Amino acid sequence: MNEADFDFLRNFLKVRSGLALPPEKRYLVESRLAPVCRSFAAADLTELVRNLRSGRNLALENSVIEAMTTNETFFFRDKGPFDLFKDVLLPRYLAARSATRHLRIWCAAASTGQEPYSLAMLLEEASSRLSGWKVDILATDISTDVLNKAKLGLYNQFEVQRGLPIQLLLKYFTQVGDQWQISSAIRSKVNFQPLNLIKEFGHLGTFDIVYCRNVLIYFDGPTKGHVLGRIANALAPDGALVLGAAETVLGITDAFTPDAAHRGLYSKVSQTVSLDRTPPKLAVSR
Amino acid sequence: MKHCLIVDDSAVIRKVARRILEELAFEIAEAENGELALSICHSGMPDVVLLDWNMPVMDGYEFLTRLRQIPGGDKPKILFCTTENDIGHITRALQAGADEYIMKPFDKDIMTAKLQEVGVV
Repeated sequence: MNEADFDFLRNFLKVRSGLALPPEKRYLVESRLAPVCRSFAAADLTELVRNLRSGRNLALENSVIEAMTTNETFFFRDKGPFDLFKDVLLPRYLAARSATRHLRIWCAAASTGQEPYSLAMLLEEASSRLSGWKVDILATDISTDVLNKAKLGLYNQFEVQRGLPIQLLLKYFTQVGDQWQISSAIRSKVNFQPLNLIKEFGHLGTFDIVYCRNVLIYFDGPTKGHVLGRIANALAPDGALVLGAAETVLGITDAFTPDAAHRGLYSKVSQTVSLDRTPPKLAVSR
Repeated sequence: MKHCLIVDDSAVIRKVARRILEELAFEIAEAENGELALSICHSGMPDVVLLDWNMPVMDGYEFLTRLRQIPGGDKPKILFCTTENDIGHITRALQAGADEYIMKPFDKDIMTAKLQEVGVV
């Protein structure tokens, strides 16, 4: 792959998905796009990029984005964010929303579904306190492939053993051949939708809690700031944002302040966030 | 340093598990069946037992049942680690007092996650 093709791919991924690919990740492009070449009968990356430049093959564009997206996830990943949900956020919003008895949660980078299903299981465990409540869990991801897997709720033996306590496996899953499927009761608690975080998402409405973990690390600074600003606008005034362990808002946006007592938890700064800072460039030069 | 007793009749599995557990700073003892494992426990309880199900002389289920009846036998965390990967076996193991269940084959991530789950890592 020549320099011009690599630069085109970097720009394409940045503009279309927000993914900031540093020059040293050239090997990643070559390894992840090799299967896409085969799927689309392209002889090599040069031919694949030529087809991309034509701008007429939406399926190819989506496949390239999906191939370059990292979908690493597992049930109760990092544990802390789920203890936070159970011990801090749920009690807080059960009190704060007692008048409306309606809670809206958004998992903004849901991947194959383990994060929203982990939250749904915690809600089920707390069901005695949620009688008469309506709890929505919206789970979005840029990749339709991973969302299709998420909707099925079907996981292999390795996936159900990374982070999922055995008691919860027994309680909420059934064995389907050599795989495990999460119960329809839990699946029905989660609404999966495709969403590109660098595009508008005002139509999703207002949320009380947003989990946006381990996705902003793949964006550059201005894109992070822009996405965080719009997440702030999608949050209730007393809403909470949970980021990944390697992520922060410091130096990126003033829309949130870290919660000193709980790592990874951020509170919305009261006023609506101005989005007049320049958004990422939205054109692919072909 | 925490102590782990690996109980498995397969020398290969014991070797793989030992490598992972030593990386996690465990001190290791090994037994190739439940009877030998019980005698080790009588001379000192480990913090955690990685326990196969099907073994000659005494299987993992019988070992667990007996262990839980002896003084101090309620202390070790028990992680079944077996190819018996069906709901029936998992349910039986938990009812007998197992704390977690690893379905073979496993890798370091799974082992670490399960050890964290029972609070020994």
